[in-house]
Amino acid sequence: MSSLIKNNKFLILRRIVQISILVLFVGANYFGWTIIRGDLSTAKVLNTFYISDPYFVIQTFASGIIVAGDVLVGALIILLFYGLIGGRAFCSWVCPMNIVTDTANRLRKILKMYKEDVKVPVNRKLRYWILGLSILLSGIFGTAAFETVSPVSMLHRGIIFGMGFGWAAVLLVFFFDLFVLQNGWCGYVCPLGAFYSLTNKISIFKVKHTVENCTECNKCLIVCPEKQVLKIIGKKSGQITKGECTNCGRCIDVCEDNALKFSFNKYKK
Amino acid sequence: MPSRRETIKKMLQGAGFLGLGGLTWGAYIDEAKSAELILRPPGAIPEKDFVKACVKCGECVIACPYGTLKLAEPGDKKPVGTPFFEPRKIACEMCPDIPCVPVCPSGALNADLVSSLNEKTQEEKLNINKAKMGVAVVDTSSCIAYWGIQCDICYRACPLMDEAIELKYERNERTGKHAFLKPVINNEVCTGCGLCEHACVTELPAIKILPLAVILGKAGSHYIKGWDKNDEKRLEENNTKEDESMEKALKYLNSDWKDL
Repeated sequence: MSSLIKNNKFLILRRIVQISILVLFVGANYFGWTIIRGDLSTAKVLNTFYISDPYFVIQTFASGIIVAGDVLVGALIILLFYGLIGGRAFCSWVCPMNIVTDTANRLRKILKMYKEDVKVPVNRKLRYWILGLSILLSGIFGTAAFETVSPVSMLHRGIIFGMGFGWAAVLLVFFFDLFVLQNGWCGYVCPLGAFYSLTNKISIFKVKHTVENCTECNKCLIVCPEKQVLKIIGKKSGQITKGECTNCGRCIDVCEDNALKFSFNKYKK
Repeated sequence: MPSRRETIKKMLQGAGFLGLGGLTWGAYIDEAKSAELILRPPGAIPEKDFVKACVKCGECVIACPYGTLKLAEPGDKKPVGTPFFEPRKIACEMCPDIPCVPVCPSGALNADLVSSLNEKTQEEKLNINKAKMGVAVVDTSSCIAYWGIQCDICYRACPLMDEAIELKYERNERTGKHAFLKPVINNEVCTGCGLCEHACVTELPAIKILPLAVILGKAGSHYIKGWDKNDEKRLEENNTKEDESMEKALKYLNSDWKDL
């Protein structure tokens, strides 16, 4: 039992963080709690200041309006928090869609669907194109383009305020990840994840690899949702500096050789 | 190193994918935000800007003590995540302190649009009566008061009774001894709260709130109410003494139609 917890430490911590945030939001709507109120687009913290999704705010700029200062400051807070501290941690520690896509991935493993991948002619850069496209479309159509269709927003807002047909979009993401493309949504499509991948070059927390301890068992590569960031595994010691690493800590959980650890950014070139 | 032909092919392929994706995505956005018949909270800036500025945080929804406001869910056929209300279900109760407006962090709800000057203190004060959420419209064919049946529920439900809705008395020629009491909306006063629509006794409401942009016309500045002193003032502001150049007029008269 204790080894089970030890081998899934970060997974358990992440689920606790993700679910607590949602519970606090739901409590704010239904019971008037004031710790964090609103949703993942914009929220008021402790009834004093706001935090905002910077990617959403950039879309509102592109649509041709400057929202009020409260939201701008809120977006800056979040941008700085992930940019300087957390890295792309939003995706694995906060976003509720992560639970859905992780479940799809887990199911893939149970159903042994690894080798039956449909050949999909896409690469992981697609999300950056979608990111660019969303800014362009926001400008053309005068409203935040990704927010109009985002299954992520539909999910968190759905849980907090009411789902409507949003479950269909969430199910779509689940099936896409399960049957079409492994880690398809978070690793290829989602422009929100792409945005956070671009803005965290200097964030403090990075996963560190010690090659001397590595036995090249490849367990980390199997669990990692962004395998391309683990290029140095088994080759040389150093930090995982690619912005696409979500700091989920899954590789650290599965590593039995003490070759992976969280560390502070050494800011080497 | 891929060949030039290969690179160009890849680029065109990408452009094709993005173009098609953008077209589909754009078409959906355009469809999704063209919900003309949506009623917004009090103090909402014009719809075109509202869908840009609203950050979908739900602060107004949480602040509303009557559960009037809702965030649009996928399937509501309204811009997802933006606040709206349906008066037939729950109307706006016109709280004097308008709790939904000052909490808006983005400026999509603007307190200035629902404030007026307090003449005693010279301070801008929230005034829900200035709200313009929509305007009530009566379907005279299904309103039973227009049939001659006595009903004045909308008139009594109206928070601005006798101002936003007046009852027009008319002789009922059919019976010869009764009066019609017909509700008539004063569009300039009506706030669009929807308490009339909520109260209406007919199976489907005979009085409904429609967004201003859908219902209101515009007379244009060239019409002046000569009997209204304030409106008449607009004439004074107009400079009628401006020298109309005779040359310009002559040139116009003598010009070939091609020059025009």
